[in-house]
This record gives sequence, C-alpha cells and structure tokens, in this order.
Amino acid sequence: MAVPKTLGIETEYGIVHRGVDSPNPISASSLLINAYLSRSTKPGCGPGAPRVGWDFVDESPSLDARGFTPLDSIAPEIETHMVNAVLTNGARYYVDHAHPELSTPECADPLSIVLQDRAAESILVESMEAANAVLPDGQELVVYKNNSDGKGNSYGCHENYLMDRATPFSRIVQHATTHFVTRQVFTGAGKVGCELPFRDRGHIPFQLTQRADFFEEEIGLETTLKRPIINTRDEPHADPLRYRRLHVIVGDANLCEVATFLKVGTTALVLAMVEDDLLDQRLAVVDPVRALQAVSWDLTLSHPLTLSDGRTATAVEIQWELLAEARKYLDDRGDAMVGGPVAHEVVRRWESVLAGLESDPDSLAGQVDWVTKRRVVEGVRRRHELDPADLKLAAVDLQYHDLRPDRSLFARLGAETLVDPEDVRTAATTPPVDTRAYFRGRCLSRWPDKIVTANWDSMVFEAGGETLRRVPMMEPSRGTEEHVGTLLDTCESVEELLERLST
Amino acid sequence: MSDQERAKQDRRQTDASSSDEVIDDASVAPDATERGERLKNELDELLDEIDEVLETNAEEFVKSYIQKGGE
Repeated sequence: MAVPKTLGIETEYGIVHRGVDSPNPISASSLLINAYLSRSTKPGCGPGAPRVGWDFVDESPSLDARGFTPLDSIAPEIETHMVNAVLTNGARYYVDHAHPELSTPECADPLSIVLQDRAAESILVESMEAANAVLPDGQELVVYKNNSDGKGNSYGCHENYLMDRATPFSRIVQHATTHFVTRQVFTGAGKVGCELPFRDRGHIPFQLTQRADFFEEEIGLETTLKRPIINTRDEPHADPLRYRRLHVIVGDANLCEVATFLKVGTTALVLAMVEDDLLDQRLAVVDPVRALQAVSWDLTLSHPLTLSDGRTATAVEIQWELLAEARKYLDDRGDAMVGGPVAHEVVRRWESVLAGLESDPDSLAGQVDWVTKRRVVEGVRRRHELDPADLKLAAVDLQYHDLRPDRSLFARLGAETLVDPEDVRTAATTPPVDTRAYFRGRCLSRWPDKIVTANWDSMVFEAGGETLRRVPMMEPSRGTEEHVGTLLDTCESVEELLERLST
Repeated sequence: MSDQERAKQDRRQTDASSSDEVIDDASVAPDATERGERLKNELDELLDEIDEVLETNAEEFVKSYIQKGGE
C-alpha cells in the first residue's frame, strides 16, 4: 500500500575557479561552502558559532535493494573528511567528490520541493558572493546548475522518494523505468551535442537531456560508472522495516520551476500507483537503455518505443497513459499519499504540458528547460548563421545554467514561477513545517552549540556534563510543526527538550 | 547607425508586422498569441543582449569548462 511520499532532491553543481593556473575543484568547493557558513551572524552559521557537522553513523551506501551486492559493483564511497554541514532549513550542504552538493530537506509535496530547490540555488548564489568577497582580485568561483561538462563528464541531480518496503522491487523497476524513459520529454534540461563514447559531439546537435548519454545499464548500484536507470541503493534513512527510499539518479537538474514540479510530482504519482499495483503489466519499454537515448535524441518526439506486448508508442503517448491512470488514482484513492491538494495541480500541469508537446513544443518555453534552451540556442545560431557544431552554441548551453544573476541566460528568459521569491529567501534558512526536517532545522536554529552532529534520521545532543543523547527520527512524517512546534517554542533548554521528549 | 543596429531595428519591425498578422488570425487563442508574442519579444531582446553577456571568448570558455565526474 502506498505510503506518504516524502521527497527530496540532491544536486551536484558544476564549479569553476577562475584566475588560477591549476584550479582544484575540491578545494574550490570547500572554499565555497565554508564562505557561506562563515558569512553571517545568523544562529548556527555565524562567525565563531559552532558548525554542526554530518553524522555518518547510519550511512551504508553499499546496501543493495535487490538484497545482495554483486561482486563486480563498486559502491559509492563516503568521504568523511570534507566540509559537511547541516543547515537551519534542514538541508545538507557538502563537498561530494569534486562538486558542491546540496540535499534539500525532506518535503511533503512537489511544490515544497520547488521551493527548496530554488532555496538551494539561492544558497549557492550567496555562497559565490561570500567566496568571491574574500578571494584575491582576479579570482572568481562560478557555479553551474547542470549535469555535464560537454566532454563526457557528468554529475548528478538525484531524487528521493519514500516507498513502502513491502512493494516488490521488481515491480518498481518495471514501471519506474517506463516513466523515466518517457518523462524526459518534459524533464530534459537540453544539451548541445552528444557525449557517447566514440561519437562525434556534433553527431546529435541538440538533445532533450543532459544525462541520457551517460546511462549504460538498466539496474545497478553504481552512480559513477556504468550508470543504471534504476539505482538499487537501499538506504531508507527511515525505519527499514516499513520503508525503502527510491534513489533516482537518471534525471536532469532543472531550472524551470514547472519542470522540477512535474519531474517530482509525476514520479510520486507513478510510484504510489506502483505501490498499490494499479499499473498495467504491459506498460513496459523494451531495451530501456537504448530507448532512453532514443527519446533524448529525438526532437520531433515521434520515436516509436516498443512495449513488452509488442505494440509501439511514443514517449508522449505513454505519458498520456500514465496521466490517465494518475487521474483515476486520485479519483479512486484520493491525494493523501501524493502530497495532498498539490497533486491535482500536478495532474493539471501534466496534461497541459503533454498537450503543448503535441501541438506546439515552443509554447512551453519557460516551463520545460529543453524547449527554453533550444529557443535561445537556435536564435543565436540563426542570427549569426553558425554551424550547429560551433562552440559558441555550446557556450550558450553552459551559460544557460550559470547561477550568477548577472550572467545567467535562464534568468533573462522570464520563465514561469510557481513560488514567491520572498518565500524562497525564507526557505534558505527555515525548514518545511510538515516533515521531520522541521525538528532538525528548528533545533539547529535554537541550540546550535548543543548539537554535536545530525543526519537524516537522528540528532546527537549534548545533554549536560559529558553525556551525549541521540534522538532518533525514524519516521519522516513526524517531527513536524504540528507535532513538535509547541514543544520547541516552550522548551527553555536542550535538557528540558530531551526530558520532555522522553516522557 | 551601425549595420548591426540597423539589422536589429529591421528585425524588430519585421517581428512587429508578423505578430500583427498573428493577432488577426481568429483561430489562435488570444492568451496563447499574447504569450507567444511576449516570449518572442523577450527572446529578441535576449539575443540583442547575448553578445554582451556571453563569455567573451566562447571557444576558450567551452574548452576550459572541465568537470570531474561526480555522484
């Protein structure tokens, strides 16, 4: 049975250190994040204020959802020596490999995800400003919200969905794969060129997604090599007997708010239908890795995909089928497991975007990234009569994702917004009220010097004297404002909080 | 007026006359037309700006944008 879809997005950003001879992306990322953490006098982040680090005690990225770990697979390594902080909005901000990465706090609906994804961008922007203020003249850190350097190197934007542990993993694999292959028509962030090994980059002048070129397997544990469409990492960050967390690595980072909203909102609906076993077994794409790339490379949106029952359908047609099922799901079972009333807006937008893709994709500029980007790329190409392989077009692609407000091409395109900029500013320091992120964020704001470490499912407090107390948070939908708001408002100290929590 | 500026002006005039025609077409929903026209004007303005905003040496910028694989 479907469980409430607690949601999260983790984004690795591209980073460039300008004005130095041999830039080191790891130290640049550390500098960026440290500059943010030291930038202000806000509680928990101020100069001299204690920084709360991440607690790795429950991290086990090599656990495989299939119940075994293949001998030839390489589990992601956890790097514990790098900057790794928890923020007062409940987010995690850290250096991962050679990138700054920000994981949003847990969100209860896809609109909350859009707000937190925007807040994450604003944190990166503020980090750049703080870092550049302390760098010598002539040096600058620049951050890009994309997933590829155009030279075969990719970094991810991962989504997380809380699911019922009892759902057979094979059923998740089948239907999630079909959705991931076909949702690219509105989730793709667009890319100039092709990055398949041994192919000329001009082989595909423009494609729907940043990521499709990098996927080689249908299922697996890896994230950096032989990337699989379905990642099997089994780390629920919650009660493992009740929950699994589907860790989705196949998506692009989106700048269009509508795209982020639909990416997460439609996937939450599909996964709820999988949990309730409502989807037709025949809705399965044959040879999904090739299908993923074929959809990404086809700007006409007409590529026929073969389904397991032998019929063929385009990605958009399959999305219409999923949409029809989602409507039926909401009618029959309500919206409680998929984010409440917001789910109806997901379905409305889903329909509107599919209709737009069929009638006039250009009408979706400002809602769908690949459409938005392609208009600019094509505009520049026509105006300057450039060859499709001209590097100036690749520069336009990169600069679409530039997060500097004065350089971002995306920011100049008047894209449709779903959240208020003032709310975004607030969300950079304030947690969502309707998940356990509320408890984490509020405690960090109130008692930063009493919290030793924190992670997704627990916090360690100084409980007076030498005593440390771990407070488990194994249920993502508890610790909300409704549950603990009054408690946090009325406790005078951590000792009192711990006392009242244990009674 | 430089050739480039003249070209921009010509282009804007062309756009204005072609969008008038679109508005006259009753089969197109007014909202869609309005939105389409607004987006088109925004794109034209952006293309005007883009040479100023775009990294000065596009080729060098693209070549030097190298990231390590992540995740």
